[in-house]
Amino acid sequence: MRSFAPPSPLAAPRKRAAPRLLWPALALGLILVVDGIISPHFFSIRIVEGRLFGNLIDIVYRATPIAMVALGMAVVIGTKGIDLSVGSIIAIAGATLDWRIHSGDPHAVALLAALGVGLACGLWNGLLVAVLEIQPIIATLILMVSGRGIGLMINLIYGANPSFESALLQGLSTGHVGWIPTRILVGLGLGLALWGLTRLTAFGLFLEAVGANPRAAQLAGVEARGIKLAAYLVCGFMAASAGVILTADTHTSDPVSVGLYIELDAILAVVIGGGSLNGGRVYLAGAVLGAVVIQALTTSILTSGLPPEYNLVVKAAVVLVVLLLQSAKVRTAAVGVFRKGRR
Amino acid sequence: MTAGIEIVAACKTYPAVRALDDVDFRAEPGEVHALLGENGAGKSTLIKIMTGAAQADSGELRLDGRILRLTSPADARAAGIGAVYQEVNLVPTLTVTQNLTLGRQPRKFGLVDWRSARDIARKRLSRLGLDIEVERPLGAFPIAVQQLVAIARALEDDTRVLVLDEPTASLDASETARLLDIVRDLRAQGLAIIFISHFLDQVYQIADRLTVLRNGRRVGVGTPAEIPLAKLVPLMLGRELIAVERRNPAQASAAAGEPVLLVEGLGKSRVMAPFDLALRPGEAVGLAGLLGAGRTESAKLVFGAIRADSGAIRIGGEKLDRPTPRASLARGVAFCPEDRKAEGIFAELSLRENIVIALQSKRGWFAALSRAESQRLADEMIAALGIATPDAEKPVGELSGGNQQKAVLARALVSNPRLLILDEPTRGIDVGAHAEIVALIRRLTGEGLAILVASSELEELIAVSHRVAVLRDRRFVGELEGEAIDAQSVIAMIAAP
Repeated sequence: MRSFAPPSPLAAPRKRAAPRLLWPALALGLILVVDGIISPHFFSIRIVEGRLFGNLIDIVYRATPIAMVALGMAVVIGTKGIDLSVGSIIAIAGATLDWRIHSGDPHAVALLAALGVGLACGLWNGLLVAVLEIQPIIATLILMVSGRGIGLMINLIYGANPSFESALLQGLSTGHVGWIPTRILVGLGLGLALWGLTRLTAFGLFLEAVGANPRAAQLAGVEARGIKLAAYLVCGFMAASAGVILTADTHTSDPVSVGLYIELDAILAVVIGGGSLNGGRVYLAGAVLGAVVIQALTTSILTSGLPPEYNLVVKAAVVLVVLLLQSAKVRTAAVGVFRKGRR
Repeated sequence: MTAGIEIVAACKTYPAVRALDDVDFRAEPGEVHALLGENGAGKSTLIKIMTGAAQADSGELRLDGRILRLTSPADARAAGIGAVYQEVNLVPTLTVTQNLTLGRQPRKFGLVDWRSARDIARKRLSRLGLDIEVERPLGAFPIAVQQLVAIARALEDDTRVLVLDEPTASLDASETARLLDIVRDLRAQGLAIIFISHFLDQVYQIADRLTVLRNGRRVGVGTPAEIPLAKLVPLMLGRELIAVERRNPAQASAAAGEPVLLVEGLGKSRVMAPFDLALRPGEAVGLAGLLGAGRTESAKLVFGAIRADSGAIRIGGEKLDRPTPRASLARGVAFCPEDRKAEGIFAELSLRENIVIALQSKRGWFAALSRAESQRLADEMIAALGIATPDAEKPVGELSGGNQQKAVLARALVSNPRLLILDEPTRGIDVGAHAEIVALIRRLTGEGLAILVASSELEELIAVSHRVAVLRDRRFVGELEGEAIDAQSVIAMIAAP
């Protein structure tokens, strides 16, 4: 029999799962506590016109599209990749939706067309990254730069009026089922489907293997090319889904500003949720929580009465704090200072 | 007073390893002094001490009789000791001039004086007889020229000692000949040159004297005439040859029947000369040879991890059209790589995930192993191989080296192979685990698995192999079978002219 080394107090087993979600949850709690102090009615939830209303619901409601994009981003980041083009995919999907509706397709078909275009965008990114082996940041930059232009060109196909009315699509985006906003249910459904895709099949393990050590993955028989391609397809699909929600919300295709800078929020959400840009791990729940943290922050700044001009700076500061909390280096340094202080 | 560089009684201990034990070394001006030894012999440590990258725990370093205290590579340069390492430490996107003057550009009015920088670069290159366009980016030149530029960079006007660590590793025959000519030229200019290469023919072509290290000790020094190849190889390999328990000869007869693996004329130019190899169920074949002889390359060619440009692989009679690791795995071949950090483990993933990944990739995306099933397989392997871990969910990166090695082996075994290829299965493992792995290999062949083992440890190969294929300078030079396998015969075959 061999004896195990005595467990060190700093490296207790089973220390991983908890802190990963702990820090973003703590950040969220902190933001909400500050909100509660600033405006006492912040947490009140009531039912208006047959659906739930209130700041907390509003945060989740607005966080849903970000969370959808962040879920796809988490998958791509797990392979040590990145997708900068998600905002542009949202624009293209929105323009496609509008175009198909104007050309008389049934709205369900228009919806499928928009999602299909998202998959096509993902395929393009995937081919560049997985087959041509272009660095992900450059490969997806191409579509990021061109995508909003493509959206505007699609708008030109059917003339100047980019607005539409659709009971189906607006129902998905702004409607509600019972008291619960539909889009939250749609987001949850997609999140669960993605969880199933990664954890009930071997896809998640392969993703993480490719991200953690591509050479070892190749020797273990994992087909990195197909895995990466699939990751970008997933990301394109999730971005297009967010595009449908955002475009139906305004009933207008607005390729110039829809989902602007959402790629940055999505990447931040993944990182806040414990994902590392070094790849190797996919944390879907973390990405969703990260998206909620980001939206909570935005909503809080707006409701707190701070001038909206402060928004970006305050957001950046809070994000910095969350990331510092997660940094192993900062944490050990902080522990060191704490110990010295006690002596 | 002694001219040249001299190390006296150097000792250096790393955690758990005595890298240098009372080693003396001396290279004189105008001589090419080869430093020889297998992995872990202490060559790198000795070089690090000479170039200021590490400090000896005790002992002295002298240059022309003066005691040197080097605390950094910059100190070594200032003292007149230059070094060129195997991987070219230059920036391919910068021009030759920039590479040669980086960090010490001539200045004029506070700005870089590119005109004199170019002159300096040309002067440095001319010392090596090299006339190239110095304004082109370094990456535009062939590797051989880049290697010469690296030497030019290491050579200051006052450089007395030049260390060349595997300078010919990526060069072809004619490029090597040219580099050796330049080395002879530098020797004539009065430099002391310390030459490290695993190409023994090159060593004998150029070296005036040899120093042989083994396990941190100097085991030989002399001229090539005093230490011919037949004497050198036992010095490098032959520790006190402990009597190894011979395997039961009856097992050799078990190795009958259709071959699991049949390799014909498999090779790749510049990597490995074409070779034949056959393995039957229950048979263990060892690949023996010195460092750089092509052991790893042969193993990877057979597994499909290196794409061959000639020959054919048949697994269980089926010819592989396009050998890849994936295709090999699908047909029941598993491979444990030598470099476990770079090619073996997934540090962030759990031990359980590391163990099941090859089996899972064999089963495909949709036939996912259930959590319970993968847990059971992992727990079985943890028990069978004695992997020391609190549980199967621990990230493999947090385990010790020996346990990581066992995790990689567990991965291969779980994939249920009929042919197992092991490259240095006991590298960096403590003695107890070493014996366990040797016993495991024997047990597995007893159970009918065919095993191909590449190892630098002769005793290990002798202990487990039914046959040993001997490699030298990237070709198969012979084979020993059954009773004929012993250390002396293997060494004699490696050293045979």
